[in-house]
Amino acid sequence: MSEEKVEQDAGPEEPSPLRLIGTLAIAGLASGIIIIAIYLATFETIKENKARELRESVFRVLPNVTKMQKLLLKEGKLVVSYEEEKGEEPIYAGYDDSGKFLGYAIPSDGPGFADTISVLYGYRPADRKVIGMWILASRETPGLGDKIYKDAAFVANFDDLAIEPPIVATKKGKTKPNEIDAITGATISSVAVARIINKGNDYWVSKLPEPGAEPAYVEVATPAASSEPVDTQAP
Amino acid sequence: MAKEQHAYEEFMKGLWRENPVFVQVLGLCPLLAVTNSAINGLAMGLASFFVLLGSSILVSLLKNYIPKQVRISCFIIIIATFVTVVDYSLAAAMPVIHKELGAFIPLIVCNCLILGRMEAFASRNTLRMSIADAFGMGAGFLFALVALGGAREILGVGEFFGLSLFGPNFEPWVIMILPPGGFITLGVMLLYFNWVEERKNQIDKQLAAEDGVN
Repeated sequence: MSEEKVEQDAGPEEPSPLRLIGTLAIAGLASGIIIIAIYLATFETIKENKARELRESVFRVLPNVTKMQKLLLKEGKLVVSYEEEKGEEPIYAGYDDSGKFLGYAIPSDGPGFADTISVLYGYRPADRKVIGMWILASRETPGLGDKIYKDAAFVANFDDLAIEPPIVATKKGKTKPNEIDAITGATISSVAVARIINKGNDYWVSKLPEPGAEPAYVEVATPAASSEPVDTQAP
Repeated sequence: MAKEQHAYEEFMKGLWRENPVFVQVLGLCPLLAVTNSAINGLAMGLASFFVLLGSSILVSLLKNYIPKQVRISCFIIIIATFVTVVDYSLAAAMPVIHKELGAFIPLIVCNCLILGRMEAFASRNTLRMSIADAFGMGAGFLFALVALGGAREILGVGEFFGLSLFGPNFEPWVIMILPPGGFITLGVMLLYFNWVEERKNQIDKQLAAEDGVN
């Protein structure tokens, strides 16, 4: 990009500072308006995408679940919540068609090999077992660490896993109900997933109600999944 | 500078002769970062293409109204606006790809290829030529991204656009989808382009010499 750079270098007169400020102000204003417009135009879709992604993840870690609701811990009790709250720490309860409680989907995160790994796992309090695991977000090494979600055999480790004593990742082949097989070449990521789930269990299991006393499914159209047309405020 | 350049010439210049990646070696940060699969390269290429085209059109239209003292700031504002539009549209329309590309979509703002074309071309040429230039450079960048992503995906995963190529017995070269693989592939491709250029020059020289003899 050198050959064209000859012309147009010395403008004859200096524009006034006011003109310079004015140009930038107009550019900034126009840019701001466009950005706000596109933000408003895509806001609902992006929110729906996130809600759908979460729903799919919950259904993935809790087999046979067809309905879910968000639960928040308030004054030591789990209550159903539909609102988005700042700094909330939700877990999700899954139910089958008849509204029977099947398990909790618990989000937990912690350091992996490259960056924070966010895990969602299914927990069935009736027999105190982890019954499914899904990685919500991670930046593990492609081809090695990313096997924690790409390797079906590793993910299947978590389909029926005892949580007491705490989960251990082993390289020698699992023999106990609380052990998982670590991935060759991605030991740190595998151990991290086990540790993250243990951390989630440490925090949540003692706070969950007695088996059988879980919050019942409340039949309402949740705002996130509402089908009524929403004003997208297109520009 | 020839005033009556053909728009087609401008297009081919960006796509091949002055390919932004293989000849000018610009925009390498997004290039190396996202090209671990062909589909990522394609998405990144299309996003950059759209930003480049939109900004070129706007800069070319507004070039007489932007004082040259603040032109770079204005270009950046224009580019950043288009990037934000792409970022949100992608998040709404293709959340999976958007998640995969992550921070590299907003970082298109500081792709020197785009700012470079604004400063070197769109702010000095007619709308028609600027569009041709943006099409050429955008397509050239897209081509480089898909070529690099495709090569790395084929060797590193044994797939192309997610389609398995070699069957289950293929042992993927994991290194190819790791950062070093990006550098190796880019190096090989630059080598090829330089070799072609070298050969072309040699042949031209030979032809010229023969012409002289005859």
